[in-house]
Amino acid sequence: MEKTYKRDFSTWREVPIGGIIPWPGTTAEVETHAWRAYRPVINQDKCIRCRLCWVYCPDAAILEVDEEYTTPSGRKYNISYRVDLAHCKGCGICAYECPVKAIEMIPEER
Amino acid sequence: MGVNKPIKVLWDIPREERFAPGHSMCQGCGAAITMRHLAKIMDKNTIIAMGTGCVEVTTTLFPRTSWRNPWIHLAFENTAAVASGVEAALKALSRKKIIDDSRRIKVVAIAGDGGTFDIGLQSLSGMLERRHNVMYVVYDNEAYMNTGIQRSSATPYGAWTTTTPIGTKLRGKPQPKKDIITIALAHGIPYIATANIAYPVDMVEKFRKAYEVDGPSLVHVYSPCTPGWRIRNEHTIEVARLAVQTGVWVQLEIIEGEPRVTIKVPRRKHVRHYLRIQGRFRHLTDSDIETIQKMVDEYVEKINKWVGEEAIGPVVE
Repeated sequence: MEKTYKRDFSTWREVPIGGIIPWPGTTAEVETHAWRAYRPVINQDKCIRCRLCWVYCPDAAILEVDEEYTTPSGRKYNISYRVDLAHCKGCGICAYECPVKAIEMIPEER
Repeated sequence: MGVNKPIKVLWDIPREERFAPGHSMCQGCGAAITMRHLAKIMDKNTIIAMGTGCVEVTTTLFPRTSWRNPWIHLAFENTAAVASGVEAALKALSRKKIIDDSRRIKVVAIAGDGGTFDIGLQSLSGMLERRHNVMYVVYDNEAYMNTGIQRSSATPYGAWTTTTPIGTKLRGKPQPKKDIITIALAHGIPYIATANIAYPVDMVEKFRKAYEVDGPSLVHVYSPCTPGWRIRNEHTIEVARLAVQTGVWVQLEIIEGEPRVTIKVPRRKHVRHYLRIQGRFRHLTDSDIETIQKMVDEYVEKINKWVGEEAIGPVVE
């Protein structure tokens, strides 16, 4: 069905019948970064990889990546957390819920 | 696909995102967290029947959708009715060998509190009574947030909404919240649970159990709404956690009529901690708060008596 309907329709005749949306998960293309007034910045050295920011993010904007990281004090982690700045709306839940306060909300400058 | 083993720790929650970001739900929306975790436990064949509400209008703005499952848009009143129809059709197709009868396709109905407590109550009751194999999820943000914060029967006592304004005659909603769990219990369905976004492991485990059960199941999820409750964006989880810690919300799980409190609170906080953080309760005087505290005390006593142990303890601090 995804092949039957083309996405760039110019008239109503090309709109899928019934107004169905045959393209799953396509809101990922929408960038919601303009909603943001504050940007979360993760301090990778302070972060203890507890996963709470990832779990509590409403926009799936905290990404869990398989990336090794060794802190200056010698602690080695197999995963890292990154911020998906295209989708982060800047709600600040991650910074508020972080148990070690490794996430800081800094004002967004445009 | 889906989750086959019990969720016991945070690391058991699957990493794969089946609910796409980029939806237009508010900053710090509680319902978005609910939907993200609900989508994680679903199989890719699961059919979602979604009643009108915040999540419905914000995730499927044409020509895009956040869902990666077959999804059907419904009006407020017929969420459970259409979910029952889809389930009955799947059963018929399976009987006629049109689809392989070893394939297990679950139907998940999702609706907000307006579409469940008020408008969709009769179709929900019909679905539960006919024992359709449907998992019903209510995300409860305690008013009609999508249309502009009108009161619903899920709005708690004393809360400000645009239709229960604060003045000399009326000071917030004069009636208490409707108890949907007891209504569902009266139908004798196999699985009923209340979940809360502040306790994600418990919430995902309840979703999983409700998904696995054969027969109707209802999960009532507490999902704070930042503009409607007049809270700061980052306080979403804090408010949800305080609701459990003060005893306003009790994490219940009722399997075959046997109740159990999954998150026990040995030392309960005073309800003012929960009320003072929210702008919708800003007008409450100290005597109003004591009235609400008495209502919470009665509710907690009822729950403790029902589960047969002191699951929610006395008020300290």
